[in-house]
Amino acid sequence: METQPNQNLGIVVTGSVEKGTEVRLDSSASVEDMVVGRYVTIEGKKRRFFGMVTDISLGVTDEQITISPPDTSDTFTAEILEGTATYGTLHVLPMLTIGGEVTTINEGPQPVKTVPSHFSRVKLASEADMETVFGKEDNSRFFIGNPLDMETKLCLNLEELVKRSNGIFGKSGTGKTFLTRLLLIGMLQKSKATNLIFDMHNEYGWAGSFEGGKGGVKALKQLFPSRVAVFTLDEENSRHRGVSTDFVVRIGYDEIEPEDIGLLRQTLNLTDQAVEAVYQLKRHFGKGWMQQTLDISDAADVETLLQSMNIHESSFANLKRGLATIRRLPFLVAHAQTNAVDNILGYLDRGINVVLEFGRHRDITTYMLVANMLARRIYQRYQEKTEVAMAGKVTPPTPLVITIEEAHKFLNHDIANQTIFGEIAREMRKYNVTLLVIDQRPSAIDEEIMSQLGTKITCLLDNERDIDSVLAGVSGKNDLKTVLARLAPKQQALIFGHAVPMPVAFRPRDWGTAKSYEEFTHENSSEKKAEKDIKELFE
Amino acid sequence: MNKIGEIVESTSTEFTAECYELHELPALGSLVKVTAVEMEIFGIVCQSGTAGIEPGRHPVARGKDEASEEAVYQSSPQLMKLLRSEFQVLVVGHIINGKTYQYLPSKPAHIHAFVQACSPEDIKQFSQSFDFLNIMLNNRLQIPTEELVAAGLREMSKAHADPHAFLIAAGKSLTVIFSGDYHRLKTILARLKQ
Repeated sequence: METQPNQNLGIVVTGSVEKGTEVRLDSSASVEDMVVGRYVTIEGKKRRFFGMVTDISLGVTDEQITISPPDTSDTFTAEILEGTATYGTLHVLPMLTIGGEVTTINEGPQPVKTVPSHFSRVKLASEADMETVFGKEDNSRFFIGNPLDMETKLCLNLEELVKRSNGIFGKSGTGKTFLTRLLLIGMLQKSKATNLIFDMHNEYGWAGSFEGGKGGVKALKQLFPSRVAVFTLDEENSRHRGVSTDFVVRIGYDEIEPEDIGLLRQTLNLTDQAVEAVYQLKRHFGKGWMQQTLDISDAADVETLLQSMNIHESSFANLKRGLATIRRLPFLVAHAQTNAVDNILGYLDRGINVVLEFGRHRDITTYMLVANMLARRIYQRYQEKTEVAMAGKVTPPTPLVITIEEAHKFLNHDIANQTIFGEIAREMRKYNVTLLVIDQRPSAIDEEIMSQLGTKITCLLDNERDIDSVLAGVSGKNDLKTVLARLAPKQQALIFGHAVPMPVAFRPRDWGTAKSYEEFTHENSSEKKAEKDIKELFE
Repeated sequence: MNKIGEIVESTSTEFTAECYELHELPALGSLVKVTAVEMEIFGIVCQSGTAGIEPGRHPVARGKDEASEEAVYQSSPQLMKLLRSEFQVLVVGHIINGKTYQYLPSKPAHIHAFVQACSPEDIKQFSQSFDFLNIMLNNRLQIPTEELVAAGLREMSKAHADPHAFLIAAGKSLTVIFSGDYHRLKTILARLKQ
């Protein structure tokens, strides 16, 4: 028998605030219809509770049944024992209370501080219940998908979301890119924030790949041409893919600073002494340090230089080899004609979202170098602007969300303190800049930074350490672990944190069909039309 | 009135009735009723048998030269008067003013009251709940209680439109009662199967 919303599932038999409640299933509800991650409401005597099924188990009243179970052909006995001597139990984690107190009525659902009384009835949550908790699609709420096994629209408050740094996690191939694209569209439509996306795999700008499908899916620029600018590091590659780019990024040697090299210590295999030497060289040569360091070839010159700065020869050789690796990158030029940072800021100031495509430069060295360089300078500008705004002269800059992939490379324990992203994640929204971190190894990200992420969306993870690090500090962690470990390998995710009243497992909405594109692009226009109509009505 | 016997011994918990016809005994486990003052007392046949009228006189075998059992009785017609069939009934509930109570009545049935077989309607009304199972299981009877309970439920199920559903429901009640004694439960369930 299929379970219907509002059908009685069972009654609460035991429980604690810390561990959640045990619900004994009615014999009419089949244990096989229950799914972890589903929502239920518990009708307490004074208030209603809203909770999530986090575990399902089978119970027996007499251990003897497990030792000598009835014969499989004996359906009569099995039918009698079902629901009486053998029964199903649900472990339900109550998360919110609805109604009962004045504050709840005024402020909506509240976190749970007690447990429902004995024998409270448990039902599947209805669409109306879900709406009470997650709200309806409106100007600030974006429909991101459906809770598992439900038709209800799960809406995310994006205004709230962009106030903090957020993270999207999941094993490779679980749909992180898909979710990110969805979230970016949402932010573009429903929040005032602009996005800067460091697009390592060319997925977000023009067209994205679609695993299992033919051809690509439309990405931001194709759907919202007027609100998205595509920057590229690799013009040729972009042209081959038929992408109309707005700007080709060139970076001058003179723009690279010692800090940028410091970050690449691991990837370029530099020694500490070599990194130290960079700072000395900068001091010695000034802005053109990199060009000049690479240009020295005369052995005598090198020796005098090294002696004057007390740099060991092997360190210098090590550094030079590293710099040569960077120099081979085709987008690096001796001196860039136009300043990429100024250009990006120009677009961002006009509220246009910027996607920076890396083309064929997909190696992590390039990605880290460029993302760090640009982000640091952009963040500095934002910092200045915000400080000026704080003095009360101008309006603060529009909030900026920077999307980075392979985040553990930037935010791992060793270098999180040095990269600009570590700082952005920690200082949060002080300067109106937040991060959208995308990663497949959350355990490699610095704990402190993980704890600063406001909302986390995670697809399937199966490494114990990754799961622990994603769920660190969440109440009901052990219960959520079960839910997380049982997500489908594709197109299912768990969201929890600041922007949602309670954790929820969901299936992201469709992307890639003509209908889905239409829904995305028309969502706003129809809403605006309705708003306009209402305005006109009252004029 | 479908009377099958007359009470010859009566207590609060059980009574014994003699059949009007030799060997015309009600089935083991069948539900019978006795009309008493202001109420009808219900019971389940828990034991039955036939013996000589005088306790000291044991019947002797008489059929050595007879062709059949009937022939024995035909050649010795006095047997019909010297033997009697009796059955014992365990009291399991009563009905007062149309309302069923599945516990012992305040007073026992009278001696010489008529015992009647229950109609399907009576059985349906009485077996709406299974509280009577407790009385059956908590009595020390000569017959194994598992046998009696199974027989009683089998008999009752015949009156119901869906005997299977009735037996399942009864089985579930038994499961609750025997929650700590799976083997006894299994014994009864094995005897309920059709």
